[in-house]
Amino acid sequence: MNRQDISETAISIGSTTNLLKRDWLPIMIVIAAALIALAFVGSPSIWLTLTLAGLAMGMMVFIVASGLTLIFGLMDVLNFGHGAFVTVGAYLAYAVLTMMTGLTVADNLLLNVLALIAVVVVAAVGAGLLGWIFERIIVRRVYGDHLKQILITMGGMIVIEQVVMMIWGSQEKLIQLPTSLRGAFVMGDAVVEKYRLLVVVFGSVLFLAMYFSLSHTRIGLLIRAGVEDAEMIQALGYRIRRLFVGLFVVGSGLAGFGGVMWVFYRGTLTADIGGELMILAFIVIIMGGLGSITGCFISAILVSVVANYVAFLVPEMAMTSTIILLVAVISWRPRGLFPLTKR
Amino acid sequence: MTQPILQLENVHTYIEQYHILQGITFDVAENGFTVIVGRNGAGKTTTLRTIIGLWQAKSGTVKLRGQEIQGQATSEIARAGVAYVPENMGIFGDLSVRENMILAARRGKFDTDRLEWIFGLFPPIKKFWNLAAGNLSGGQKQMLAIARAIIEPSDLLLIDEPTKGIAPAIIEDMIDAFLELKRMQTTILLVEQNFSFAAALGDDVVVIDDGQVVHRGAMDTLSSNPDLQQQYLGLALNE
Repeated sequence: MNRQDISETAISIGSTTNLLKRDWLPIMIVIAAALIALAFVGSPSIWLTLTLAGLAMGMMVFIVASGLTLIFGLMDVLNFGHGAFVTVGAYLAYAVLTMMTGLTVADNLLLNVLALIAVVVVAAVGAGLLGWIFERIIVRRVYGDHLKQILITMGGMIVIEQVVMMIWGSQEKLIQLPTSLRGAFVMGDAVVEKYRLLVVVFGSVLFLAMYFSLSHTRIGLLIRAGVEDAEMIQALGYRIRRLFVGLFVVGSGLAGFGGVMWVFYRGTLTADIGGELMILAFIVIIMGGLGSITGCFISAILVSVVANYVAFLVPEMAMTSTIILLVAVISWRPRGLFPLTKR
Repeated sequence: MTQPILQLENVHTYIEQYHILQGITFDVAENGFTVIVGRNGAGKTTTLRTIIGLWQAKSGTVKLRGQEIQGQATSEIARAGVAYVPENMGIFGDLSVRENMILAARRGKFDTDRLEWIFGLFPPIKKFWNLAAGNLSGGQKQMLAIARAIIEPSDLLLIDEPTKGIAPAIIEDMIDAFLELKRMQTTILLVEQNFSFAAALGDDVVVIDDGQVVHRGAMDTLSSNPDLQQQYLGLALNE
């Protein structure tokens, strides 16, 4: 390696690990699960519908859980109040939609997409802002104490849900997708909902953006290193508290984004909407490996597609399949599919 | 006499209810090589962690160049010019050797001459530049930990037991590297259990036992006196 090589490699941040040396086994398991399901389901069109629905569900869980895994992995904070940001995101979406009815009911794809972008931005920024306040007032006081974290963040979520009900009322609200996003594509015998396809695209783009940020930017390096050893990051002179706060805000914003995706999928809105995804989110981040975005993405897809296949084949086993999957993965890899931390 | 760069005065540190450091007092001379030795559990690691701010002293003062640093955040102490190599090396195993070094170069770019100098000190750093650091051997990880601590100039380098679990051949290489650092007038405070290693490098020595300084002075005085070694460390170098 000559001086020029050193200088050039030094200033460019990027993962140089050979792709062939990556751990492909968890991804192979997802593919294997899909192929096994195809054999049992029999009909390719039903299989395609089930797979896409599972992928869409997985992406929604990933969007919500991606911030949570970084918060848990880097900050070692058990934020049981994360669902509150999903709720706030969903209600902000409702509020913006109410104001932009003209754009959402118009039979014009561009106007519909503009409305959707506005909804996502307001929900993510609003939830992120709330996350900043939540960290300042609640989480900051309980760093390093898991029991207090669980209690106080759950308490915070209850308070936020009550405030949401005070503002928007406790009645169930109906949410409709923008006109162009309703309906489905028919591909042979398979029916593919437009919105599910959109969610898959959104989730994939988010994953790629996060993966690129974590592997090709200095802040990404800091986050990855901090997940492994937060103490050492401080000893290298980095003000990790600022990183914590920034990450908490981003994680909360992502939950708000997830809230938008989830409420459109669900079609109805109540204050407990955030809590619905949290058990799945925690299962996914434990299964994926704390702090691992790739692990979170793969395990969200694995859990959701398997649950979908099982719900079709053996409906009474749908919920149980997720727990069996969790137990199997943790027995195989106790620190998750892509372990980063020593926890 | 050289002005001390670091001064600890009557430092008391608790870990939970345990009173670990019980009034530690010593100085570290600028451009000197000071070694802290002592039995297991004497408080050596706690002393370093208290200096870098990872544990906060309950009372006493820690001064860097005359400025109080006790009570400051670890990041601020590091920014004030203290580099630290922990006992567990603190290597980011998921990151490549290069990425570990990039993080240590806080200004965002390397001084190429300094990097070449480090490659000369620790050739495996250059050889495994793009390898995930978690795949390095124990000795190579220790080299990376030290390389990371010296990639930018610092006023004081704290190193905790660099020979722990390291093969004898690597220890020889490490002595050469530390002698080079001494030649470059790097101020080093080293915690070490391997007294031969400590005696080969140290200008000054601080012996800690049960959280208190029981001896301090020139390393030559201790390394040449088996009775003193027996008294403070329970061993003699020439035994």
